[in-house]
Amino acid sequence: MNGTPWWRDRRVLPWLLQAGVGLAVLVVVAWLMTNLVRNLSAAGLLLSWRWLGQPAGFDLSETLLPFNASMSYGRALLAGLLNTLRVIVFALVGSSLLGLLVGMAAFSRNGLLRGLARVYVELVRNVPLLLQLLFWYFVVFLALPDGAAALGWPALVLAKSGLYIAGFADGRWQLPQLLASGWQAPVHLSVEFAALLTGLITYIGAFIAEVVRGGIASVPAGQWEAASSLGLHGAAILRHIVLPQALRVIVPGLTNQYISLAKASSLALACGFTDLYSVAETTLNQTGRAVEVVLVLLAAYLAIDLLISAAMNGLNRLVQVRER
Amino acid sequence: MRKRSAPSPIAFAAAAASPLKRLQRQLAPSAADALLSLGLVALILWAALQLLGWAMGRADWAVVQLNSMLLLVGRYPLAEQWRLWLLALLLALQAGLSWGLLRAWPRADRREQARLWPRHDRIAGLLLALLALLLPFALHLAGPLQWRWWLLAAVLLAGRWAAGRWGQQLPRRALKLVAVLWPLLYLLGFWLIGGGLGLAAVSPGDWGGLLLTLLMASFAMALSFPLGVLLALGRRSSLPLLRWGSVAYIEFIRGAPLITLLFVGQNILGFLLPGGASPDRIWRAAWVLTLFAAAYLAEAVRSGLAAVPPGQLEAARSLGLSQPQSMVLVVIPQALRVALPAMVGQFIALLQDTTLLSLIGLLDLLGTARGIMANPEFLGHSSELYLVLAVLYWGCCASLGLGSRALERRLDPRSVASRR
Repeated sequence: MNGTPWWRDRRVLPWLLQAGVGLAVLVVVAWLMTNLVRNLSAAGLLLSWRWLGQPAGFDLSETLLPFNASMSYGRALLAGLLNTLRVIVFALVGSSLLGLLVGMAAFSRNGLLRGLARVYVELVRNVPLLLQLLFWYFVVFLALPDGAAALGWPALVLAKSGLYIAGFADGRWQLPQLLASGWQAPVHLSVEFAALLTGLITYIGAFIAEVVRGGIASVPAGQWEAASSLGLHGAAILRHIVLPQALRVIVPGLTNQYISLAKASSLALACGFTDLYSVAETTLNQTGRAVEVVLVLLAAYLAIDLLISAAMNGLNRLVQVRER
Repeated sequence: MRKRSAPSPIAFAAAAASPLKRLQRQLAPSAADALLSLGLVALILWAALQLLGWAMGRADWAVVQLNSMLLLVGRYPLAEQWRLWLLALLLALQAGLSWGLLRAWPRADRREQARLWPRHDRIAGLLLALLALLLPFALHLAGPLQWRWWLLAAVLLAGRWAAGRWGQQLPRRALKLVAVLWPLLYLLGFWLIGGGLGLAAVSPGDWGGLLLTLLMASFAMALSFPLGVLLALGRRSSLPLLRWGSVAYIEFIRGAPLITLLFVGQNILGFLLPGGASPDRIWRAAWVLTLFAAAYLAEAVRSGLAAVPPGQLEAARSLGLSQPQSMVLVVIPQALRVALPAMVGQFIALLQDTTLLSLIGLLDLLGTARGIMANPEFLGHSSELYLVLAVLYWGCCASLGLGSRALERRLDPRSVASRR
């Protein structure tokens, strides 16, 4: 036996520390849970999922699933989830394209274009997303003219009642048309959806532009020089030499941005778009089932995040350059 | 600032060319670029003219003028507002002193003696002075308000000048003193704002506007910082229970949107505490913000910890420092220096995230503004408010970013080495 007392023994100490922390956490959690159960049973709200089947009694303005007020809360939440997914998919594609363009513009030979890209990124990143969403919805989209005065080109019409896009319907190409009842087009996005999409795309696009810029900057200057000495020009150098190498750095950064996009889509409420969060809030107000609603929300967003991470990890493995 | 690594084959030639030639190389290196530049110039001019025409003509700034105090401090009682002015004055003095002292240090990347007013400072100081001179007129502020506004700017610039002028003659201890003054001033601020101890109490329900926004953001920043460092250390710990606990917490928080967590804070926290002993709504939201920010900050700090070579810890241990000593004295300072940009990025995000408080019914800057917009008296003038809000938020976030970059340069190891 050496003379070290047990409370200074390096083999005992870590376990003692962990046991202490673990015990403290357990005690706190147990205390909170006891309170929760006691308070919930006092309010008559013990965990139950039966309310999911009850009729919701509220209507949703636009859904992918057919929905009306007589259908259940469960279906309302599902419709909200689908709306959230729709926003995420559209915004993901849009912000990636915008971010890629702006990120590449930061390396343009044209000084004005470089400056403009810089101004866009600095302007958008330093103003809160919620403020931008409110601005797009209330100031821009709700101030659009309607009817014959609507802004637009033949294939795309922007009116107060929404965004009308040309497309295939009944087997033929159709442009938006002004009928007596208003605009008609194969693809119609509500003004709430369009505002939310615009806000998300411009905001996340600025962050993606920074990711792309960082990725391109990480490619050694010698690669540009070697490519141009082989006779390639600006766009071709980017396309064939620089971007493939930059992707290694870009993709992990993109994953973070996509996940933050998924979480940011929960601000749809500000534009009056009924996404998962806004349906959940209405549900809570009507049923008072706070704990269950929060569990649904957290599980849904966690699942979306995991889905994005898994997909992006797959992509990441694809773009990693195999070095000899 | 790091140099862009993409080569600019014309950069060397451009440096020597005439201004006109330089402009041509920047804007029109080729015919296609010339066309593009022309289009962009037209677009920018058009947008600028539209904005100017709107701001000068159709915009009605009465909505901002009439509500300026509401936007700044919410429904803070008029009789107690002198406390806020006093606090603002102290903050301006402290900010000016800190700015001047930072400048009094020689820069890491330049050998020459520090100048009193480097170019960037001249621009910043001029802008500040201009802003302070013009803003009261632009907003049609009343006489006393105007004077207080000018006093604030004067104190800030005077502090900057005095500290920059004589800062170098002070011993290094003075610098530490200024750093310690910030948290003290913060506590003093809470006392001045909230009252108590001889001052009339002002309940949190009456705090609002920009005051509430800054208070919430700074509270969450100050408390999430130690929490984030602990979580980051926990995540890198060799003890499995601490590690998995930290990972679970960080990933759980980072997986959920802030709005759902605020929702939890407002709707479930009351159930988690014994019989209705729930704190005020504002404090509940402040704690949720803090716990939220801590998880993100932990990731920033973790990246810093990962950047410190393991040899540093080994060297510290072999010098006889204990494990906690070597962490606190050797590893964490280096990690924080590396993590500083990422941490400030998180702080900026946190400041922006305070806008979400308006969605749960608190009257922060955005919440107050939305209340004003809902007032039929100001119907149709939301654009003016949005613009003012955007400028305010942009200013706060951009100045945080600028401050961080200045601090980064000062914390550069080379500058420490040059000062022994």
